Amino acid sequence: MKIAVPASGKTLESQVDTRFGRASGFVVFNTEDGSFVYADNGQNLNAAQGAGTQASQNVVGTGAKVVIAPSYGPNAFRVLNSVGVKTFFSAPGTVKENIDNYLAGKLSETDAANVEGHW
Amino acid sequence: MRIAVASGKGGTGKTTVAVAIAMAATEPVMYADCDVEEPNGSIFLKPEVYEIEKVLVDVPVIDEEKCTSCGECARFCQFNALVSMGMPPLVFPELCHSCGGCAIVCPADAISWKGNPIGEISLGKADGGRISVVQGKLDVGGVLAPPVIRQVKSHVPDDGLSVIDCPPGTSCPVIESIEGSDYVLLVTEPTPFGLHDLKLAVETVRELAMPFSVIINRFDEGDLGVEDYCGEENIHIMVKIPHRRAMAETYSRGGTLLEGIPEMREIFKDIPRIIERGIEEK
Repeated sequence: MKIAVPASGKTLESQVDTRFGRASGFVVFNTEDGSFVYADNGQNLNAAQGAGTQASQNVVGTGAKVVIAPSYGPNAFRVLNSVGVKTFFSAPGTVKENIDNYLAGKLSETDAANVEGHW
Repeated sequence: MRIAVASGKGGTGKTTVAVAIAMAATEPVMYADCDVEEPNGSIFLKPEVYEIEKVLVDVPVIDEEKCTSCGECARFCQFNALVSMGMPPLVFPELCHSCGGCAIVCPADAISWKGNPIGEISLGKADGGRISVVQGKLDVGGVLAPPVIRQVKSHVPDDGLSVIDCPPGTSCPVIESIEGSDYVLLVTEPTPFGLHDLKLAVETVRELAMPFSVIINRFDEGDLGVEDYCGEENIHIMVKIPHRRAMAETYSRGGTLLEGIPEMREIFKDIPRIIERGIEEK
Protein backbone atom coordinates (compact mmCIF):
# COMPACT_ATOMS: atom_id res chain seq x y z
CA MET A 1 0.00 0.00 0.00
CA LYS A 2 1.17 3.53 -0.75
CA ILE A 3 1.07 6.41 1.73
CA ALA A 4 1.41 10.02 0.56
CA VAL A 5 2.70 12.75 2.89
CA PRO A 6 3.06 16.44 1.92
CA ALA A 7 6.70 17.30 2.54
CA SER A 8 8.96 20.33 2.45
CA GLY A 9 11.77 18.15 1.01
CA LYS A 10 12.09 15.05 -1.12
CA THR A 11 13.04 12.32 1.34
CA LEU A 12 11.68 10.39 4.30
CA GLU A 13 13.73 12.65 6.57
CA SER A 14 11.99 15.80 5.26
CA GLN A 15 9.60 17.70 7.48
CA VAL A 16 5.87 17.32 6.88
CA ASP A 17 4.62 20.39 5.01
CA THR A 18 2.16 22.54 6.92
CA ARG A 19 -0.17 22.63 3.91
CA PHE A 20 -1.72 20.01 1.66
CA GLY A 21 -2.91 21.69 -1.56
CA ARG A 22 0.04 24.04 -1.74
CA ALA A 23 2.71 21.68 -0.45
CA SER A 24 5.80 21.74 -2.67
CA GLY A 25 5.50 17.99 -3.14
CA PHE A 26 4.57 14.60 -1.70
CA VAL A 27 6.73 11.77 -0.46
CA VAL A 28 4.95 8.56 -1.41
CA PHE A 29 6.01 5.57 0.69
CA ASN A 30 5.38 1.99 -0.39
CA THR A 31 4.77 -0.28 2.61
CA GLU A 32 5.31 -3.45 0.57
CA ASP A 33 9.01 -2.88 -0.11
CA GLY A 34 9.90 0.18 1.97
CA SER A 35 10.70 2.25 -1.13
CA PHE A 36 9.54 5.81 -1.72
CA VAL A 37 9.17 8.27 -4.57
CA TYR A 38 8.74 12.04 -4.66
CA ALA A 39 5.75 13.55 -6.48
CA ASP A 40 6.27 17.19 -7.35
CA ASN A 41 3.36 19.56 -6.63
CA GLY A 42 5.12 22.74 -7.75
CA GLN A 43 2.51 23.72 -10.32
CA ASN A 44 -0.09 23.95 -7.54
CA LEU A 45 2.14 25.84 -5.15
CA ASN A 46 1.38 29.02 -7.09
CA ALA A 47 -1.95 28.08 -8.65
CA ALA A 48 -4.41 30.98 -8.70
CA GLN A 49 -7.12 28.65 -7.47
CA GLY A 50 -8.01 24.99 -7.21
CA ALA A 51 -4.73 23.89 -5.61
CA GLY A 52 -6.63 21.51 -3.34
CA THR A 53 -8.45 19.70 -6.14
CA GLN A 54 -5.33 19.40 -8.29
CA ALA A 55 -3.01 18.30 -5.48
CA SER A 56 -5.55 15.65 -4.52
CA GLN A 57 -5.70 14.47 -8.10
CA ASN A 58 -1.90 14.23 -8.12
CA VAL A 59 -1.95 12.18 -4.95
CA VAL A 60 -4.62 9.86 -6.32
CA GLY A 61 -2.49 9.52 -9.45
CA THR A 62 0.43 8.20 -7.40
CA GLY A 63 -1.74 5.29 -6.33
CA ALA A 64 -1.69 6.32 -2.67
CA LYS A 65 -4.54 4.89 -0.59
CA VAL A 66 -3.65 6.83 2.56
CA VAL A 67 -2.71 10.49 3.04
CA ILE A 68 -1.12 11.86 6.20
CA ALA A 69 -1.32 15.67 6.37
CA PRO A 70 -1.84 18.36 9.01
CA SER A 71 -4.94 19.81 7.37
CA TYR A 72 -7.45 19.18 4.59
CA GLY A 73 -9.48 21.87 2.85
CA PRO A 74 -13.04 21.11 1.71
CA ASN A 75 -12.22 20.58 -1.98
CA ALA A 76 -9.15 18.46 -1.33
CA PHE A 77 -11.09 16.32 1.11
CA ARG A 78 -13.96 15.84 -1.34
CA VAL A 79 -11.64 14.60 -4.09
CA LEU A 80 -9.75 12.20 -1.80
CA ASN A 81 -12.94 10.95 -0.22
CA SER A 82 -14.62 10.36 -3.59
CA VAL A 83 -12.10 7.66 -4.47
CA GLY A 84 -11.84 6.22 -0.99
CA VAL A 85 -8.39 7.54 -0.08
CA LYS A 86 -8.12 7.55 3.71
CA THR A 87 -7.05 10.78 5.39
CA PHE A 88 -5.08 10.94 8.63
CA PHE A 89 -3.75 13.86 10.64
CA SER A 90 0.00 14.24 10.86
CA ALA A 91 1.98 15.53 13.83
CA PRO A 92 4.88 17.98 13.42
CA GLY A 93 7.99 16.01 12.51
CA THR A 94 9.50 14.11 9.63
CA VAL A 95 7.71 12.09 6.98
CA LYS A 96 9.22 8.90 8.38
CA GLU A 97 8.12 9.59 11.94
CA ASN A 98 4.58 10.13 10.76
CA ILE A 99 4.54 6.99 8.63
CA ASP A 100 5.89 4.98 11.57
CA ASN A 101 3.21 6.44 13.81
CA TYR A 102 0.54 5.63 11.24
CA LEU A 103 1.74 2.04 10.92
CA ALA A 104 1.73 1.79 14.71
CA GLY A 105 -1.89 2.94 14.70
CA LYS A 106 -1.11 6.15 16.56
CA LEU A 107 -2.63 8.68 14.09
CA SER A 108 -6.27 9.63 13.98
CA GLU A 109 -8.35 9.44 10.82
CA THR A 110 -10.57 12.33 9.76
CA ASP A 111 -13.92 12.05 8.04
CA ALA A 112 -14.28 15.75 7.20
CA ALA A 113 -12.27 18.75 6.08
CA ASN A 114 -10.77 20.55 9.05
CA VAL A 115 -9.90 23.91 7.51
CA GLU A 116 -11.64 26.38 5.20
CA GLY A 117 -10.55 26.80 1.59
CA HIS A 118 -7.66 29.26 1.07
CA TRP A 119 -6.39 28.36 4.51
CA MET B 1 -23.94 61.04 -16.98
CA ARG B 2 -22.25 58.14 -15.27
CA ILE B 3 -19.45 58.97 -12.79
CA ALA B 4 -17.27 56.15 -11.45
CA VAL B 5 -15.63 56.75 -8.08
CA ALA B 6 -12.52 54.61 -7.82
CA SER B 7 -9.17 54.56 -6.08
CA GLY B 8 -6.07 52.48 -5.97
CA LYS B 9 -5.79 52.24 -2.23
CA GLY B 10 -8.70 51.05 -0.12
CA GLY B 11 -10.09 53.21 2.67
CA THR B 12 -9.38 56.53 0.99
CA GLY B 13 -13.01 57.64 0.88
CA LYS B 14 -14.66 56.30 -2.29
CA THR B 15 -17.96 55.66 -0.59
CA THR B 16 -17.73 58.96 1.30
CA VAL B 17 -17.33 60.79 -2.03
CA ALA B 18 -19.87 58.73 -3.99
CA VAL B 19 -22.52 59.14 -1.29
CA ALA B 20 -21.76 62.87 -1.00
CA ILE B 21 -22.29 63.39 -4.74
CA ALA B 22 -25.60 61.51 -4.60
CA MET B 23 -26.75 63.40 -1.49
CA ALA B 24 -25.66 66.84 -2.68
CA ALA B 25 -27.38 66.51 -6.05
CA THR B 26 -30.85 68.00 -6.32
CA GLU B 27 -31.99 65.96 -9.31
CA PRO B 28 -32.86 62.22 -9.32
CA VAL B 29 -29.69 60.15 -9.08
CA MET B 30 -28.71 56.48 -9.10
CA TYR B 31 -26.14 55.29 -6.60
CA ALA B 32 -24.69 51.90 -7.60
CA ASP B 33 -22.55 50.04 -5.08
CA CYS B 34 -20.16 47.90 -7.15
CA ASP B 35 -17.85 47.22 -4.21
CA VAL B 36 -19.59 43.86 -3.99
CA GLU B 37 -17.12 42.23 -1.61
CA GLU B 38 -17.93 44.79 1.04
CA PRO B 39 -20.73 47.13 -0.06
CA ASN B 40 -21.27 49.85 2.53
CA GLY B 41 -23.01 52.75 0.78
CA SER B 42 -26.32 51.63 2.24
CA ILE B 43 -25.03 52.29 5.76
CA PHE B 44 -25.01 55.99 4.89
CA LEU B 45 -27.86 56.25 2.37
CA LYS B 46 -30.19 54.00 4.41
CA PRO B 47 -32.40 53.04 1.45
CA GLU B 48 -35.75 51.34 1.74
CA VAL B 49 -35.17 48.12 -0.14
CA TYR B 50 -38.09 47.05 -2.34
CA GLU B 51 -36.56 44.17 -4.25
CA ILE B 52 -33.83 41.59 -3.92
CA GLU B 53 -32.67 39.43 -6.81
CA LYS B 54 -30.26 36.52 -6.94
CA VAL B 55 -27.11 36.55 -9.05
CA LEU B 56 -26.71 33.22 -10.83
CA VAL B 57 -23.76 32.00 -12.89
CA ASP B 58 -23.80 28.93 -15.07
CA VAL B 59 -21.90 25.90 -13.81
CA PRO B 60 -21.63 22.51 -15.51
CA VAL B 61 -23.85 19.57 -14.66
CA ILE B 62 -22.58 16.15 -15.71
CA ASP B 63 -24.99 13.64 -17.20
CA GLU B 64 -23.47 10.50 -15.71
CA GLU B 65 -25.38 8.28 -18.16
CA LYS B 66 -23.72 9.93 -21.14
CA CYS B 67 -20.30 10.61 -19.53
CA THR B 68 -17.57 8.22 -20.66
CA SER B 69 -15.13 9.38 -17.94
CA CYS B 70 -12.64 10.40 -20.62
CA GLY B 71 -11.42 13.37 -18.57
CA GLU B 72 -11.31 15.86 -21.48
CA CYS B 73 -13.35 18.44 -19.55
CA ALA B 74 -11.05 18.33 -16.51
CA ARG B 75 -7.93 18.60 -18.69
CA PHE B 76 -9.42 21.61 -20.43
CA CYS B 77 -10.52 23.47 -17.28
CA GLN B 78 -7.95 26.14 -16.43
CA PHE B 79 -9.67 26.87 -13.14
CA ASN B 80 -9.40 23.36 -11.66
CA ALA B 81 -13.18 23.29 -11.27
CA LEU B 82 -13.49 19.76 -12.67
CA VAL B 83 -11.64 16.73 -11.36
CA SER B 84 -11.68 13.49 -13.31
CA MET B 85 -10.19 10.28 -11.98
CA GLY B 86 -11.49 7.50 -14.19
CA MET B 87 -15.08 8.21 -13.29
CA PRO B 88 -17.56 10.99 -14.09
CA PRO B 89 -15.87 14.24 -13.03
CA LEU B 90 -16.46 15.98 -9.73
CA VAL B 91 -17.65 19.58 -10.20
CA PHE B 92 -16.48 22.38 -7.88
CA PRO B 93 -19.00 25.16 -8.66
CA GLU B 94 -17.22 27.87 -6.66
CA LEU B 95 -14.06 27.45 -8.77
CA CYS B 96 -15.95 27.63 -12.09
CA HIS B 97 -15.65 30.80 -14.21
CA SER B 98 -18.53 29.79 -16.50
CA CYS B 99 -16.35 29.87 -19.62
CA GLY B 100 -18.30 27.00 -21.19
CA GLY B 101 -15.17 25.25 -22.50
CA CYS B 102 -15.86 21.91 -20.81
CA ALA B 103 -19.16 21.52 -22.66
CA ILE B 104 -17.47 22.31 -25.97
CA VAL B 105 -14.67 19.76 -25.57
CA CYS B 106 -16.93 17.02 -24.16
CA PRO B 107 -17.12 14.35 -26.90
CA ALA B 108 -20.14 12.70 -25.31
CA ASP B 109 -22.31 15.82 -25.07
CA ALA B 110 -22.74 15.04 -21.37
CA ILE B 111 -22.48 18.58 -19.98
CA SER B 112 -25.40 20.95 -19.47
CA TRP B 113 -25.73 24.04 -17.28
CA LYS B 114 -27.48 25.18 -14.17
CA GLY B 115 -27.52 28.51 -12.39
CA ASN B 116 -25.38 28.61 -9.26
CA PRO B 117 -26.14 31.48 -6.86
CA ILE B 118 -23.07 33.60 -6.02
CA GLY B 119 -24.60 36.76 -4.60
CA GLU B 120 -27.55 39.11 -4.56
CA ILE B 121 -28.64 42.51 -5.76
CA SER B 122 -30.82 44.81 -3.69
CA LEU B 123 -32.82 47.69 -5.11
CA GLY B 124 -33.99 50.53 -2.94
CA LYS B 125 -34.85 54.20 -2.66
CA ALA B 126 -33.33 56.82 -0.38
CA ASP B 127 -33.79 60.50 0.36
CA GLY B 128 -37.55 60.40 -0.17
CA GLY B 129 -37.23 58.46 -3.42
CA ARG B 130 -34.84 60.88 -5.16
CA ILE B 131 -31.85 58.53 -4.84
CA SER B 132 -32.19 55.08 -6.38
CA VAL B 133 -29.85 52.67 -4.68
CA VAL B 134 -28.65 49.43 -6.24
CA GLN B 135 -26.22 47.30 -4.29
CA GLY B 136 -24.43 44.10 -5.22
CA LYS B 137 -23.24 41.66 -2.61
CA LEU B 138 -21.01 38.69 -3.33
CA ASP B 139 -21.61 35.67 -1.09
CA VAL B 140 -19.00 35.17 1.63
CA GLY B 141 -16.24 32.94 0.29
CA GLY B 142 -17.18 33.70 -3.33
CA VAL B 143 -14.51 34.87 -5.76
CA LEU B 144 -16.44 35.91 -8.86
CA ALA B 145 -17.09 39.61 -8.31
CA PRO B 146 -17.46 40.64 -12.01
CA PRO B 147 -20.78 38.82 -12.69
CA VAL B 148 -22.30 40.46 -9.59
CA ILE B 149 -20.98 43.86 -10.72
CA ARG B 150 -22.38 43.33 -14.23
CA GLN B 151 -25.80 42.66 -12.75
CA VAL B 152 -25.56 45.81 -10.58
CA LYS B 153 -24.74 47.82 -13.70
CA SER B 154 -27.67 46.34 -15.61
CA HIS B 155 -29.87 48.43 -13.29
CA VAL B 156 -28.05 51.70 -13.98
CA PRO B 157 -30.03 53.79 -16.49
CA ASP B 158 -28.31 55.27 -19.55
CA ASP B 159 -29.85 58.68 -18.91
CA GLY B 160 -29.61 60.96 -15.91
CA LEU B 161 -26.97 61.16 -13.23
CA SER B 162 -25.51 58.00 -11.76
CA VAL B 163 -22.61 57.40 -9.39
CA ILE B 164 -20.74 54.10 -9.46
CA ASP B 165 -19.01 53.25 -6.17
CA CYS B 166 -16.12 51.00 -7.29
CA PRO B 167 -14.06 48.45 -5.39
CA PRO B 168 -10.47 49.38 -4.46
CA GLY B 169 -7.47 48.21 -6.45
CA THR B 170 -6.93 47.96 -10.19
CA SER B 171 -7.99 44.38 -10.99
CA CYS B 172 -10.91 42.89 -12.95
CA PRO B 173 -13.69 44.00 -10.57
CA VAL B 174 -12.48 47.61 -10.85
CA ILE B 175 -12.30 47.48 -14.66
CA GLU B 176 -15.76 45.92 -14.78
CA SER B 177 -17.12 48.67 -12.50
CA ILE B 178 -15.53 51.56 -14.38
CA GLU B 179 -16.38 50.32 -17.86
CA GLY B 180 -19.26 52.22 -19.44
CA SER B 181 -18.80 55.30 -17.26
CA ASP B 182 -18.28 58.76 -18.71
CA TYR B 183 -15.81 59.92 -16.11
CA VAL B 184 -13.68 58.59 -13.26
CA LEU B 185 -12.97 60.29 -9.95
CA LEU B 186 -9.92 58.81 -8.25
CA VAL B 187 -10.03 59.29 -4.49
CA THR B 188 -6.70 59.21 -2.71
CA GLU B 189 -5.01 60.32 0.49
CA PRO B 190 -1.81 62.37 0.85
CA THR B 191 0.44 59.54 1.99
CA PRO B 192 3.13 57.45 0.29
CA PHE B 193 0.65 54.54 0.16
CA GLY B 194 -2.04 56.75 -1.33
CA LEU B 195 0.39 58.05 -3.94
CA HIS B 196 1.74 54.61 -4.82
CA ASP B 197 -1.71 53.19 -5.47
CA LEU B 198 -2.95 56.36 -7.14
CA LYS B 199 -0.23 55.93 -9.76
CA LEU B 200 -1.50 52.41 -10.50
CA ALA B 201 -5.07 53.70 -10.74
CA VAL B 202 -4.00 56.51 -13.07
CA GLU B 203 -2.23 53.99 -15.32
CA THR B 204 -5.41 51.93 -15.39
CA VAL B 205 -7.80 54.73 -16.36
CA ARG B 206 -5.31 56.06 -18.92
CA GLU B 207 -5.19 52.57 -20.45
CA LEU B 208 -8.99 52.68 -20.60
CA ALA B 209 -8.70 56.15 -22.21
CA MET B 210 -11.19 57.65 -19.78
CA PRO B 211 -11.31 61.25 -18.59
CA PHE B 212 -10.55 61.50 -14.89
CA SER B 213 -9.48 63.73 -12.05
CA VAL B 214 -8.35 63.28 -8.47
CA ILE B 215 -9.98 63.95 -5.12
CA ILE B 216 -7.62 64.17 -2.16
CA ASN B 217 -9.21 63.18 1.12
CA ARG B 218 -7.77 64.52 4.41
CA PHE B 219 -5.46 66.62 2.25
CA ASP B 220 -4.10 68.65 5.17
CA GLU B 221 -2.92 65.60 7.13
CA GLY B 222 -0.09 64.04 5.12
CA ASP B 223 2.61 65.10 2.69
CA LEU B 224 2.59 66.90 -0.66
CA GLY B 225 3.55 63.83 -2.74
CA VAL B 226 0.14 63.40 -4.34
CA GLU B 227 -0.17 67.10 -5.23
CA ASP B 228 3.33 67.16 -6.68
CA TYR B 229 2.61 64.04 -8.74
CA CYS B 230 -0.67 65.47 -10.07
CA GLY B 231 1.18 68.67 -10.99
CA GLU B 232 3.90 66.79 -12.88
CA GLU B 233 1.40 64.56 -14.66
CA ASN B 234 -0.95 67.43 -15.43
CA ILE B 235 -3.82 65.75 -13.55
CA HIS B 236 -6.65 67.96 -12.38
CA ILE B 237 -7.39 67.89 -8.64
CA MET B 238 -11.15 68.22 -8.44
CA VAL B 239 -11.59 68.60 -4.67
CA LYS B 240 -9.44 68.61 -1.56
CA ILE B 241 -11.37 67.39 1.45
CA PRO B 242 -10.01 68.62 4.78
CA HIS B 243 -9.37 66.38 7.75
CA ARG B 244 -11.84 67.22 10.50
CA ARG B 245 -12.50 65.54 13.79
CA ALA B 246 -16.20 66.35 13.31
CA MET B 247 -16.16 64.28 10.11
CA ALA B 248 -14.63 61.28 11.85
CA GLU B 249 -17.21 61.53 14.64
CA THR B 250 -20.10 61.86 12.18
CA TYR B 251 -18.81 59.00 10.06
CA SER B 252 -18.44 56.71 13.06
CA ARG B 253 -22.16 57.17 13.68
CA GLY B 254 -23.10 56.43 10.06
CA GLY B 255 -23.28 60.11 9.08
CA THR B 256 -22.17 61.47 5.72
CA LEU B 257 -19.54 63.95 4.59
CA LEU B 258 -22.23 66.59 4.04
CA GLU B 259 -23.21 66.32 7.71
CA GLY B 260 -19.63 66.18 8.97
CA ILE B 261 -18.35 69.08 6.86
CA PRO B 262 -21.50 70.97 5.74
CA GLU B 263 -19.56 73.52 3.67
CA MET B 264 -18.62 70.74 1.22
CA ARG B 265 -22.25 70.44 0.05
CA GLU B 266 -22.06 73.16 -2.59
CA ILE B 267 -18.79 71.79 -3.95
CA PHE B 268 -20.15 68.28 -4.31
CA LYS B 269 -23.36 69.58 -5.83
CA ASP B 270 -21.28 71.22 -8.55
CA ILE B 271 -19.09 68.22 -9.38
CA PRO B 272 -21.43 66.64 -12.00
CA ARG B 273 -21.74 69.97 -13.82
CA ILE B 274 -17.99 70.62 -13.70
CA ILE B 275 -17.38 67.15 -15.13
CA GLU B 276 -20.03 67.62 -17.80
CA ARG B 277 -18.44 70.89 -18.94
CA GLY B 278 -15.01 69.26 -18.94
CA ILE B 279 -16.19 66.34 -21.04
CA GLU B 280 -17.90 68.67 -23.49
CA GLU B 281 -14.71 70.67 -23.90
CA LYS B 282 -12.92 67.49 -24.99
